[in-house]
Amino acid sequence: MNIFRSLLAAATAVTLLASPSLAEEPIKIGDINHYKRMAAFADPYRKGIELAMSQVNAKGGVLGRPMEFIFRDDQGDPGEAVKIAEELMTRDGAVMFTGAILSNVGIALSSFAKEKNYLYLAGEPLADTLVWQSGNANTFRLRVSTWVQAAMLAEAAAKTDAKTYAAIAPNYSYGTSAVEAFKTVLKQLKPDVEFVGEQWPALFKIDAAAEVQALERVKPDAIFNVTFGTDLAKFVREGTDRGLFDGRPVYSMLTGEPEYLEPLGEESPEDWIVTGYPWYDLPDGPGKTFVTDYEAFTGETPKMGSLVGYTMALSVAAAIEKAGATDTASLIKAFEGLKVPETPVGELEYRALDHQSTFGAWIGKLALKDGQGVMVDWSYKNPVAYMPSDDEIKAMRPAN
Amino acid sequence: MGFFFAQLLTGLSNAAGLFLVASGLSLIFGVTRIVNFAHGSFYMLGAYFGVTLMGILPDYLGSHVGFWGSIVLTGVIVGLVGALVEIVVLRPIYRAPELFQLVATFGVILMIQDLALMSWGAEDIMGARAPGLRGVFRIFGEPIPKYDIVLICITPFILIALWWLIAKTRLGILVRAATQDREMVGALGVNQRWLFTGVFALGSALAGWGGALQLPKGGADLLMDMNIIGPLFVVVVIGGMGSLPGAFIASVIISVLNVFGVTYMPQSTLVLMFVVMAIVLIFRPYGLLGKEEVAGEHGQVGAPEAPIRPFGRTGRLAVTGLLAVLALLPLVSDPFLLVLMTDIIIFALFAASLHFILGAGGLTSFGHAAFYGGGAYVAALLVTYAKAPMEIAFIAAPIGAGMLALVVGWFCIRLSGVYLAMLTLAFSQLVWSLAFQWRSVTRGDDGLINIWPSDWLSGQVPYYYFTLVIGAAGILFLRHVIHAPFGYALRAARDSARQAEATGINVKRVQYLAFALAGALAGLAGGLFVFAKGSVFPTELEIGKSFDALIVVFLGGIKTLSGGVVGAAFMATVEDWLTRMEYWRLMLGMLIIAVVILAPEGIVGSARRLGERLGLIKRAEAEE
Repeated sequence: MNIFRSLLAAATAVTLLASPSLAEEPIKIGDINHYKRMAAFADPYRKGIELAMSQVNAKGGVLGRPMEFIFRDDQGDPGEAVKIAEELMTRDGAVMFTGAILSNVGIALSSFAKEKNYLYLAGEPLADTLVWQSGNANTFRLRVSTWVQAAMLAEAAAKTDAKTYAAIAPNYSYGTSAVEAFKTVLKQLKPDVEFVGEQWPALFKIDAAAEVQALERVKPDAIFNVTFGTDLAKFVREGTDRGLFDGRPVYSMLTGEPEYLEPLGEESPEDWIVTGYPWYDLPDGPGKTFVTDYEAFTGETPKMGSLVGYTMALSVAAAIEKAGATDTASLIKAFEGLKVPETPVGELEYRALDHQSTFGAWIGKLALKDGQGVMVDWSYKNPVAYMPSDDEIKAMRPAN
Repeated sequence: MGFFFAQLLTGLSNAAGLFLVASGLSLIFGVTRIVNFAHGSFYMLGAYFGVTLMGILPDYLGSHVGFWGSIVLTGVIVGLVGALVEIVVLRPIYRAPELFQLVATFGVILMIQDLALMSWGAEDIMGARAPGLRGVFRIFGEPIPKYDIVLICITPFILIALWWLIAKTRLGILVRAATQDREMVGALGVNQRWLFTGVFALGSALAGWGGALQLPKGGADLLMDMNIIGPLFVVVVIGGMGSLPGAFIASVIISVLNVFGVTYMPQSTLVLMFVVMAIVLIFRPYGLLGKEEVAGEHGQVGAPEAPIRPFGRTGRLAVTGLLAVLALLPLVSDPFLLVLMTDIIIFALFAASLHFILGAGGLTSFGHAAFYGGGAYVAALLVTYAKAPMEIAFIAAPIGAGMLALVVGWFCIRLSGVYLAMLTLAFSQLVWSLAFQWRSVTRGDDGLINIWPSDWLSGQVPYYYFTLVIGAAGILFLRHVIHAPFGYALRAARDSARQAEATGINVKRVQYLAFALAGALAGLAGGLFVFAKGSVFPTELEIGKSFDALIVVFLGGIKTLSGGVVGAAFMATVEDWLTRMEYWRLMLGMLIIAVVILAPEGIVGSARRLGERLGLIKRAEAEE
């Protein structure tokens, strides 16, 4: 009898324990990304989200319900992304959507979210216009924008005595806004600098030899680089071979991110000042814990995308928890001024002012270590100091 | 002087790589008449196989033999892959309508993209350096990488080797004979099948060598297949399709101009080569060294076409029934299904407009997205800058696109076949680059946003009805035009321009008007699109959009009336379903190839044939 009773009790306990995750409908979030077209960036991003999801759910989920991301591929096409967003919200029962790497897809999703009154959290897109000129009430953005990263590099550049600069950037919005930001900030800090050349290779179709020759022709004191991916690899190769970088400081956007740095291997350009993610060198703390967890979870080293995906999913969980509900109005209210403690970059805030988070950037110098490029002498910078003033931002943002 | 010379050398070294790959494409086109869009995929495979082999062979054979041996072996492997593709995918469909093979090669592209991702991973791979060739020579004091010099020196040997093969060997004689008259070569007892396979393999091998040889200057990545395809076609078309010396000259012209463009007009990188192509084609409609296409040579392949007739009673009933079902859909469906159906109707209208000039007009356009995106942009610009109400902006979309088509058509209509197609592609690239680069007006790739319909149309159900009415009206209107006297004139001009002229039809004017009409209706679809999505980006003007439409038209059946619409509905549904899966590109590619092989006349065409065979449909005979 006793045995029977304890068995019964145990069975009940097991049922009770198991029941929350079984009985409770998960809270769904839709993530739309270019999983195929930009697999090198989207894969680590997805794994970061999955890690965050498993951690949040191990601690009992959000609002007592498990959190679930639905991943969908948009082929990098804005129209397709909008269609999928609609499906996620109306058919799959998602409470909000996240995603995009390409800025134009992010902008399309943002405009759509406003029209249909959904909530969109942009993880990766860098375009300034997403939260400023085209900002709206329904869109939030995690990652540090083009302007801020360029401003950080300009600040570093202002400290040298280089007077003439040449810029090379891919011929699309990201490239042009990065160059514009770098120019503006550098001229503010150091009015006597002069920009003597601008090169605009087509994205991922660089003719590196010709670009290097054109840059060499204007003999700048220093170079500002915005190319990335395969363009960067070719540019670095030709530039190194032809001696373009000899005795010239180079300030380079995103080059320190593992996505772009690792493929360069032993040809990583030494002494470039770059923004990036030195995951291998972080001190003990939440940042390092994330790296260890991620390596254990995936068996791979983290990329920038991993960090963005992870932090984004944590932000979503925190917002839902704060809102105490899953309707759009409550979630937007929760996101405004939301503080996410203990993210890998420390405490994060989604500013009520422009819906931009305070996710910062690492800036440092490239060096070679064991045949691999690494960032040294780096520091992590909070982005707020590099943004335009609150009034300027208010003037830029359309009235909602 | 030194700088100028160094630039010239850079141009020549770029030309070397480009020529190698382009010569393969030109060879394949010359003999098999296949417009092989998968050529870039073979180039990409060359890079990946090269990287892998260069990681292995040098350990066993020493660095020099290992490196160059890897390159040679890569070409052989890629050549074998090419032969396999030719035998499995292309052989069954040589007798399909002209350009139909293009759809199959599109399926091959999709499959290779996913297979490469599975095999080599997503991350870009840097290429190995050529042993002993790192560093530079100083020429007039300018640094020139040693490897560039090697590339420049290799090219003449490849050109001579190919020339020798074509001009001096028996194989070459057969190839040239097949280029001029396939049927005759077959009749003389030459086994064309293996000739075609051999040429396709050689062409693919050249692409593979090109991919492997560029490794010391770059690497292997998953976007290189699509990135090279534009320049390749430009080179082959400027040179004259099928002409090897032409491809060589064009490679040099394009590469050298590009180097100077980079230096003196850095913003020109997006369009320079398309501008050059447009200029060459306007003055030399068959490229620099190409020959005028002999009429009828590759016009109607396969069985003669049954005359197109208006739907009979059953057909009309079926269409009315379908429209009734679509009209009642909002009563039963969830909101998303309406969104999906809206997308499908828009795409169907776009495809139908292309089908109109392609099927009834016989005018191949590779740049139809210029009018679709153009219409969308006209509406979006009016809303953004003139604060135009949605209704006005929407009406302006087809008008603007039609006017654009009048301008583009004026240049293009005088050409025919693949050259016409490539000139439309060049113009669509110009329109794209205008939208992309004229940032102060179009906001570049940040796009125009917040273009939403008026209140009475906002919401899924009203906009769905709006799309259904406009879309169905547009499609039915095009069908009606095909059966009107204008349509008869257009079809006559397609089937025999000379006879049509003789009966008093102004062939060029009829074609010109048809081109403009198709442009206007594509613009109408673009107008529907922009208000459905609320935004427009230059992606709507990309080559890829043109090809989406082209592929569904062929897939649906070029020689049928409803092919475009059916193909569009089929493709949109399948894509919506497949993209939910991990390796959807592989599956979509296999599905496209399967459809192409099983239904060489397209879905509608082959279904009709099956129906005839089973006795369900009365055989369409040349009556009247």
